[in-house]
Amino acid sequence: MIRFEKRKDASKLFTAVAPFMSVIFALVTAAVIMLFAGINPIAAYAGMIKESLGSFYGVSETLVKSTPLILTGLGVSIAFRMKIWNIGADGQLYMGAMGASYVALYSGLTGFTGIAAMFAAAAVTGGLWAGVSGFLKAKANVNEIIVTLLMNYIAIAWVSYLVYGPWKDPNGFNFPLTPRFSPDLVLSTFFNTRLHTGFIIALALVAFVYIFMEKTVWGYEIKVIGNNPKAAKYAGISIDRKIIGVMFLSGALAGIAGFGEVAGVQGRLQEGISHGYGYTAIIVAWLAGRSAIGVLVVSVIMAVILVGGDSLQILMQLPVAFVNLFQGLILFFILASDFFIHNRPVIIRSGK
Amino acid sequence: MEALLKVESVVKTFPGVKALDGVNLNIYQGEIHTLLGENGAGKSTLMNVLNGLYSPDSGTLRINGQPYVFRSPKDSIKAGIGMVHQHFMLVYNNTVFENILLAVSDLPFWLDKKKLRIRIKEILDRFGLHIELDEPIRKLSIGQQQWVELVKLLIRDCKVLILDEPTAVLTPQESDRLFGFLKQFKEEGRSVIFISHKMREVMELSDRVTVLKKGTTVKELVRGEFDETVLAGLMIGTDEIPVWEKERKEFKETVLSIEHLFAEKEKNMSDLIDFSLELRKGEILGIAGVAGNGQKTLAEVLTGLKPPLSGKIYADGKDITNADSRKAYIAGIAHVPEDRKSMGIAPEMSVDENLILKSYKEKPFRKFIFQNFKAIKENAEKQIADFAIKAGPKGTPIRLLSGGNIQKVIIARELSMRPSVLVALYPTRGLDMGSAEYVHKVIMDARKDDMSTIVISEDLDELLKLSDRIAVMFRGRITGIVDPEHTSREEIGLLMSGEAAQ
Repeated sequence: MIRFEKRKDASKLFTAVAPFMSVIFALVTAAVIMLFAGINPIAAYAGMIKESLGSFYGVSETLVKSTPLILTGLGVSIAFRMKIWNIGADGQLYMGAMGASYVALYSGLTGFTGIAAMFAAAAVTGGLWAGVSGFLKAKANVNEIIVTLLMNYIAIAWVSYLVYGPWKDPNGFNFPLTPRFSPDLVLSTFFNTRLHTGFIIALALVAFVYIFMEKTVWGYEIKVIGNNPKAAKYAGISIDRKIIGVMFLSGALAGIAGFGEVAGVQGRLQEGISHGYGYTAIIVAWLAGRSAIGVLVVSVIMAVILVGGDSLQILMQLPVAFVNLFQGLILFFILASDFFIHNRPVIIRSGK
Repeated sequence: MEALLKVESVVKTFPGVKALDGVNLNIYQGEIHTLLGENGAGKSTLMNVLNGLYSPDSGTLRINGQPYVFRSPKDSIKAGIGMVHQHFMLVYNNTVFENILLAVSDLPFWLDKKKLRIRIKEILDRFGLHIELDEPIRKLSIGQQQWVELVKLLIRDCKVLILDEPTAVLTPQESDRLFGFLKQFKEEGRSVIFISHKMREVMELSDRVTVLKKGTTVKELVRGEFDETVLAGLMIGTDEIPVWEKERKEFKETVLSIEHLFAEKEKNMSDLIDFSLELRKGEILGIAGVAGNGQKTLAEVLTGLKPPLSGKIYADGKDITNADSRKAYIAGIAHVPEDRKSMGIAPEMSVDENLILKSYKEKPFRKFIFQNFKAIKENAEKQIADFAIKAGPKGTPIRLLSGGNIQKVIIARELSMRPSVLVALYPTRGLDMGSAEYVHKVIMDARKDDMSTIVISEDLDELLKLSDRIAVMFRGRITGIVDPEHTSREEIGLLMSGEAAQ
């Protein structure tokens, strides 16, 4: 018989290795499923790596995909530090994209000022969108998981309304798209690829979040609150204000991801700009152990899976569902590893 | 005579810790057997093994000579072992009867409640207990709740009863009643494993004492072979318990005055009702009372965790009813082992970080918006050395420290704020003797420097030893203030039960 016992202290090595082990477990499990589908998993994985990292173009695509993951992942992990679960990064990304698009289409600003204004608008709209749940959490103790999750649907539907209705490109043959942004409001790209300045911004924000979380008095306060709200209160930290502030910052980072997508990749606002980045961000933040540097590393790995997974669709004729399944498996095994970090199995032999 | 319950060289390791390292324990039929040991000696781990919560790595349990393996608490209950935990496992909104029902394992599908009530009544009568079966648990006193826990075990016909510090929550009178019960229980040929830190109780009750230290059995003694000094010596490893003289002082100035304080009720705790108290400069004021009579609320209000509903608090004549203005005057320490989070630490964070919890915003720990890690580290090094904290390797989360060391961290932090008043809530509860002694010494030393301390404790010995005055609380009020040199346990006990307010 097997029983589980609480570990008194999880070993550091095991804690560090566990996430990677869960990725390996996910890969193996996915391989079994591929075998059932009549596909050679080794060829499939080789193909994934080759497509995502095997060429200059592949690497650039991987970095393009990693950009929104880094930004939303940072946002989610900041809130995680405080034990606040922001499940709504996707919606905040959409709202940020909307804010940036509004500036691009209707403000009349141009050039660098225009881009800066788009950036700021994205951060503020994303931040306010998340701030709503922060406010409700702080003032009325409303569960932030529910609020952020449900507000995703509102944000996505709202953007759909805009691109099907008032913001639709009059010359767009009735496609649900806004007009293209003027070229000076589109982020510059590098080396003839789709890799855009947004990636640089994301890197800068990794540094910003790292310093914010690890070096400043605020980062300390957030850690204390996440650890023990009662001790935080005793230390004289105003928890309510911090919850609202952190939620705003979390949403602002996700909003900036939206700015990157519309200003860097699409050049306009349209439906489906996110590909569920905000949800993948939850996996990213968890895998990264809520550390900013970790978010960067894990985002790139997740981007490899995304880009490689896309290529599987073409190479192996696998459905999109397969990539989703793959991500699901990873999250599943990470959650399991978390359980094993804190508990250990004990085998019990013999009866009386 | 063969032991009823025999624990033979049981080993239990947790990663990095050998909690039990070959423990032996022999419980004979019809005895009260006390388990003594400092914190971390392995008492709770051993009890959890007997409980079926942990399975030992090696070693055997024998009942009447037969080896047993407990896979779960169910097996342990079946074997006739029952435990009353420090924290009662009761459903507060359900009635006494319903709670006892939960304990009956062989309930038939169709429940004959009448029969069961008769069975319960029989048990109550046998031990001369009076509990109203249809009363919800939350309306009972702590002492009565403990009786319900005992009845739950009695109805299962439990043969070995484990009590983990049962008197921590009782008045002296209630304790006496419990001891009477235990003696009767013993007369019926059943056995009791009794865990307590209070020497007086150990001396009064025990037929046999087993002393544990660092996961091994140090010694097993039968009545007649031990006295308080011998036991204390075995526990802490030296033969003398330090005793120190309290110098008499004259107190004149009032440092803190609490006037007509009302504070909110929390769960089944009493609130503060028109609570007034004067604290003089340099004195140690003990507050006695049965848990749940408003002591915790008082500590929380004074340390700023909870706002009062009305009333005023003055320090040196200044109104400090506003929580922020109080921070500079009042520091707080608490030791609540079962709930580390209420102790004012951030458990996952390091000792360094926990030491600056109250002063992180101030110089030198802060440079503009950044933390000054150099100053934080230097501060930690100094405090760790000054207070002899065993902090482990750098960056170790504080929750991995022992209770005594966590308490030292908190004390170091609070005293470094140079408060004029220290509020100590259960400052030594669950601490081993060495650490408790240390905490007492720190409080006494600070008294010499004219710091005033309010010590809230359930341990009368501690209060009698430390205090210049002892105030007794009952249902959110002070029922009397006594001089520890001219009082008796009985007098304090009566005040604690609210019977004799002069």
